[in-house]
Amino acid sequence: MAAKIDLRRFPGFLGITLICLVVLYAPLIIVAVYSFNDSTSITNWGGATLNWYVDVFTGPESPKFQQAALNSLIIAVCAAGAATCIATAAAVAMTRAGRFRGKTLSFALINLPLMVPEVVTAVASLVFFSAIGFTNGLFTILIAHTVFCIPFAYLPISARMQSISDVYEQAAMDLYATPREAFTKVLLPLMMPGILSGSLLAFIISLDDFLITNFVKGAGVETLPTAIFGAVKQGIKPNIMAISTLMLGVSIVFVTLSWLVGRVGQNKQK
Amino acid sequence: MASPEIAVSIDQVVKRYGGFTALHGVSIDIREREFFTLLGPSGCGKTTLLRAIAGFEDVNEGRLLLKGVDITNLPPHKRPVNTVFQQYALFPHMTVFENVMFGLLRKNWIQSEAQRRVQDVLEMVQLSDFASRKPAQLSGGQQQRVALARALAPRPQVLLLDEPLSALDLKLRQAVRSELKALQRETGIAFIFVTHDQEEALTMSDRVCVMSNGRVQQIGSPKDVYEAPVNRFVADFVGETNLLEVTVNKIKDGLASVALPGGNAFECPAAAVVDPGVGHLSVRPERIKVTADGQGDLDAVVTGHTYLGTDIQLLVRLADDEVMSVRLQNSQTTEIPEQGAAVGLVLEAGAARLLAD
Repeated sequence: MAAKIDLRRFPGFLGITLICLVVLYAPLIIVAVYSFNDSTSITNWGGATLNWYVDVFTGPESPKFQQAALNSLIIAVCAAGAATCIATAAAVAMTRAGRFRGKTLSFALINLPLMVPEVVTAVASLVFFSAIGFTNGLFTILIAHTVFCIPFAYLPISARMQSISDVYEQAAMDLYATPREAFTKVLLPLMMPGILSGSLLAFIISLDDFLITNFVKGAGVETLPTAIFGAVKQGIKPNIMAISTLMLGVSIVFVTLSWLVGRVGQNKQK
Repeated sequence: MASPEIAVSIDQVVKRYGGFTALHGVSIDIREREFFTLLGPSGCGKTTLLRAIAGFEDVNEGRLLLKGVDITNLPPHKRPVNTVFQQYALFPHMTVFENVMFGLLRKNWIQSEAQRRVQDVLEMVQLSDFASRKPAQLSGGQQQRVALARALAPRPQVLLLDEPLSALDLKLRQAVRSELKALQRETGIAFIFVTHDQEEALTMSDRVCVMSNGRVQQIGSPKDVYEAPVNRFVADFVGETNLLEVTVNKIKDGLASVALPGGNAFECPAAAVVDPGVGHLSVRPERIKVTADGQGDLDAVVTGHTYLGTDIQLLVRLADDEVMSVRLQNSQTTEIPEQGAAVGLVLEAGAARLLAD
């Protein structure tokens, strides 16, 4: 480890780092700070208050946002659940079936939603749903979300799966477990940290998706991101900042959890 | 004598991986209550054979019989054999107790009987105090014993062991050898033990099967394979040996007359399939005595020695530039010839054996 590079000696290190940090995080910090601003202006500081957070839950616009939040939650839970099941099955197949025809193709197909521009997926989904005569609504959002959540659930599960030697399943079958029991009693518990981590990631990805949702949602059906967008179009009010800050908090908590769960499992393996 | 009961019969088993043949029609009968070792270098097919018995590898040809019952096409969970895996493969999310219990629950043992059985086997491997620990909280030696207990708990008809000692350090490995042997006697079932360590094979086994390149080279007692190897591979792999190229003059009744390098005539036992002509003589280094120059069967010059603790290894060069190893016991009276000294080498009775190529 002698040849570590001292990053701080790179020319421009400090400047580049500062620019990146400011561009990435200054807007978030401003939104978070101004959500406590005791003023209807969004640029002038008028003292600290929690009024906007109270407004989110009790104000005139609160029923709209609560319904949107509920929709978001239902969709995120269902889409994450469905995507996780599919991703788990895919991860088991990809790591345990040996080499099969079209394995590379399968891998590409599973991860394709990461590569396809989101707006293309959005347009395609919209066209697809209207072509097969589906009425846009919660259900179409749910299907679309499940699809783009699969690769996000798949990555941590498959990473976890690769670190589980197949000798455990062999030991289980050697001890008279049927292939089904070997899966449920041995492999699944060992995969669980990856599955949890994947499902949390899928949940958060679904929760804050805007683009695809906006295309496939039916008239009158809103999720939290589309509701926020709708509200912003009529002018930014501080309560939007409060909602955004809440969502930011939820996202941070879930991503952290996903990372922690994945890490705990890794340590246990050793 | 009536033939002893056969626990596992391996009948003309062939295993191919694509173009590579891992087992070339292997046939072995493993007896009841014996400690049977499959010995060979890596890639010789010993682990493949063990996995075929466990059911993890399908065989392409041949049959596997367990106490007369054909198990060739049974899936692993229907074969009444258990395996101790090389890396133990203890279930990390279960306690020691749950690990040992696993097989019993799958076989639908009654809860109370299963619990008693788990306690018994844990006692047998002296791990009763560790029942509630997770495998990660145990040392390598303890994990190895849990793996043993887990495999023995469901009372398998045969126990399969896949290099279970290779992950232990030397001291522990030696202790576990005698424990394993004792356990095998106690349980009264056949143990099929895979190893590449010839010392392990010699010290523990009732019979050893030496394998190479997917073929059985020799099956016999440790003494047989060490003292009466059938070919060069076995002589070279089991223990240390010197292989001398000699001219074979005559073979009669298993006794060969050969001309040693240097011209001296010598008589020694020959493996069954040797023809007159050029052959190879296997000479165990510890069966060679050093004497004065010109007094022995072979003349040599000492080129160096290595201190090995219990022994001293002498390297000598023969007239035809072949190098031989001689082992002298390290006692106070042992005289160690100086480097460069000319010495005579006496091959003791039974020291040498003529081998097929």
